[in-house]
Amino acid sequence: MAVPEGLTMTATTPAHTPAPAGKIPVTVLTGYLGAGKTTLLNRILSEPHGKKYAVIVNEFGEIGIDNDLVVGADEEIFEMNNGCICCTVRGDLIRIIENLMKRKGRFDAIIVETTGLADPAPVAQTFFVDQDVQDKARLDAVVTVADAKWLAARLKDAPEAKNQIAFADVILLNKTDLVTPAELREVEARIRGINPYATLHKTQKCAVPLDAVLGRGAFDLERILEIEPAFLEKDDHDHHHDHDDHECGPGCSHGHHDHSHDHAHHHHGGLKHYHDEHIQSVSISHDGDVDPEKFMPWINDLVQKEGPSILRSKGILAFLKEPKRFVFQGVHMILDGDLQRDWKNDEKRVSRIVFIGRDLDAEALRAGFLACAA
Amino acid sequence: MSNAQIQTLTDRVTTLAFDQHVLKAGFFGEQPFFVLADGAIHLGREKPALRPHDDAILVVAADQSRVVTGGDDGKVIETQPDGTTHILGDEKGRWIDAVTLGPDGSVAWSVGKTVRARDGKGKIRDLTVPSTPQGLGFAPKGYRLAIAHIDGATAWFPNMDAAPEKFDWKGPHLDITFSPDNRFLVTSMQENQLHGWRLSDKGHMRMSGYPGKTRSFAWSYDGLWLATSGAEAAIVWPFAKDGPTGKAPRECGIRPARVSQVAFHPKALVLAIGYEDGWVILVRFTDAAELLVRAGGDGTPITALAWDKDGKRLAFGSESGGGGLLTLPV
Ligand SMILES: [Zn+2]
Ligand SMILES: [Zn+2]
Repeated sequence: MAVPEGLTMTATTPAHTPAPAGKIPVTVLTGYLGAGKTTLLNRILSEPHGKKYAVIVNEFGEIGIDNDLVVGADEEIFEMNNGCICCTVRGDLIRIIENLMKRKGRFDAIIVETTGLADPAPVAQTFFVDQDVQDKARLDAVVTVADAKWLAARLKDAPEAKNQIAFADVILLNKTDLVTPAELREVEARIRGINPYATLHKTQKCAVPLDAVLGRGAFDLERILEIEPAFLEKDDHDHHHDHDDHECGPGCSHGHHDHSHDHAHHHHGGLKHYHDEHIQSVSISHDGDVDPEKFMPWINDLVQKEGPSILRSKGILAFLKEPKRFVFQGVHMILDGDLQRDWKNDEKRVSRIVFIGRDLDAEALRAGFLACAA
Repeated sequence: MSNAQIQTLTDRVTTLAFDQHVLKAGFFGEQPFFVLADGAIHLGREKPALRPHDDAILVVAADQSRVVTGGDDGKVIETQPDGTTHILGDEKGRWIDAVTLGPDGSVAWSVGKTVRARDGKGKIRDLTVPSTPQGLGFAPKGYRLAIAHIDGATAWFPNMDAAPEKFDWKGPHLDITFSPDNRFLVTSMQENQLHGWRLSDKGHMRMSGYPGKTRSFAWSYDGLWLATSGAEAAIVWPFAKDGPTGKAPRECGIRPARVSQVAFHPKALVLAIGYEDGWVILVRFTDAAELLVRAGGDGTPITALAWDKDGKRLAFGSESGGGGLLTLPV
């Protein structure tokens, strides 16, 4: 199958085949060298979950992975779609997955570890572009491991690090024991300035419950339930990885806020509002229905033109005269969308889309989307 | 196909079961063999399977006198009809990406960007190409190897010092084959099409319109037709005179399932076609008659299909390990 031109489905053809249980889930691990990818990988492999993994590592990667099935990959990337710079896939991954799939019963899931410099997009796109891969495997989530001590510096000097944060569905902010609470807040704020939607876990030695990184279904349309920014407290309270958070009281005074001290906001992490110079997220919401006849051409045209600068996109939409929610997600120019469950009676029909990208023109996106209002 | 037209050969098929993905089927004279992805090579049903590799087999090439396999143990191993094996190469655990057989006992394989050609005397020459090859194929004459990779193909005479010849065409190329008359080089591409070059002047041929990737090629015995998988019929391109440019292909065995394997009869214009739903049929070019060999089995794709030397028997295997042996009526 060639790279899709865009969404091929319309609001009147609910033809999506739900991800069959038979497809092998694939988790992509990214992160800068030394952030702790191998620690996380070994943690996943060594826990007594009774599952067998096939692990695809980059051939220049850190060694010391204790697993039956480890495959070295050369991270060969090629362009599709007439050489479009963003429509890239991992040729070696297609070949490896094709070969792995011939081994019946040897493994239950695949983990792909990328080099510190890797762009996650070609890995992700491989699962939407190659028909043979798509028939057998499904992308579960992109998990990025970041080093709390060094991330802030890497975000300044390494565009790859920023890309990996922007692209992530799950971020492990690791080695929190090596930074002060203030430094930790600073780096969290930097991360949120780039990607407010990923689930973030603050860890030492990548200690997270495995269900925080595996079985996420981040690309499964059935599981895109909401696209609210994911605030930090949720995670911390779930997992108690962070011992630095505190409940603020009336007498609380901090020097770490550079905007108006609002305790409601403060409780969502007490983070500075950073706006990254190059990568940002744009969220647009319309209190009502949109017209699919306007929206579909707009979004298809948008990703065709702006695809190289849009890293990820997601949306939940109320289509005119459509009882079901329309949900889509995208990577660069590739969009995957479908009608999902019905809007509930007590649920407000709101149409919302978000983009994470490079130098996005927020005003143009807003105007374009709002012009699709029904 | 219309049911009124179809004849059946299913009563002449011996059903086999392997329980593992069948990578390749073939014959050593009268003796059929089957190579499985889990590492087993079955040489005749009465003998226990050979397992020359430590674990899985990734790639296979075979002719009348040998099976050469590349494993995930990084070894390239030749297995002979009597079951003796020889290690031809050892890449220290790196996956073997492609293997192909050439004239006079020669063989070539690739691992990463390195291509190795081993002539019949055992001399190995290496070539490094700019991107990892997906497919390899020897020319019908001379000791010349074609290598498919990103943005084209490379043709190389391993025993000559001349620089390899480049055949450019943008995009990722998968498998590669020379025409039997040595006039054309054809590749399948990631983007659901074939590309061809006339060797004389590097003139281009594009063969497009496939809904899926072509992963199986077969040349007719007279070299005038190239049958291909990847559509809901075997797409057969005419290569008489100047090749397929400007000509429509024949579409054989149109069914509501994609073709996964094709194998031309070695002596007649009869094409064996295996489908993704497990069906196998024969199509006779002279009268377009269709003969049913297998009506689906367990419904998984046909992954191996091969005639014996005389075209009297056809062996096939499937993704789930189903298999069979057709013996044609004399
Ligand atoms: Zn693109
Ligand atoms: Zn406070």
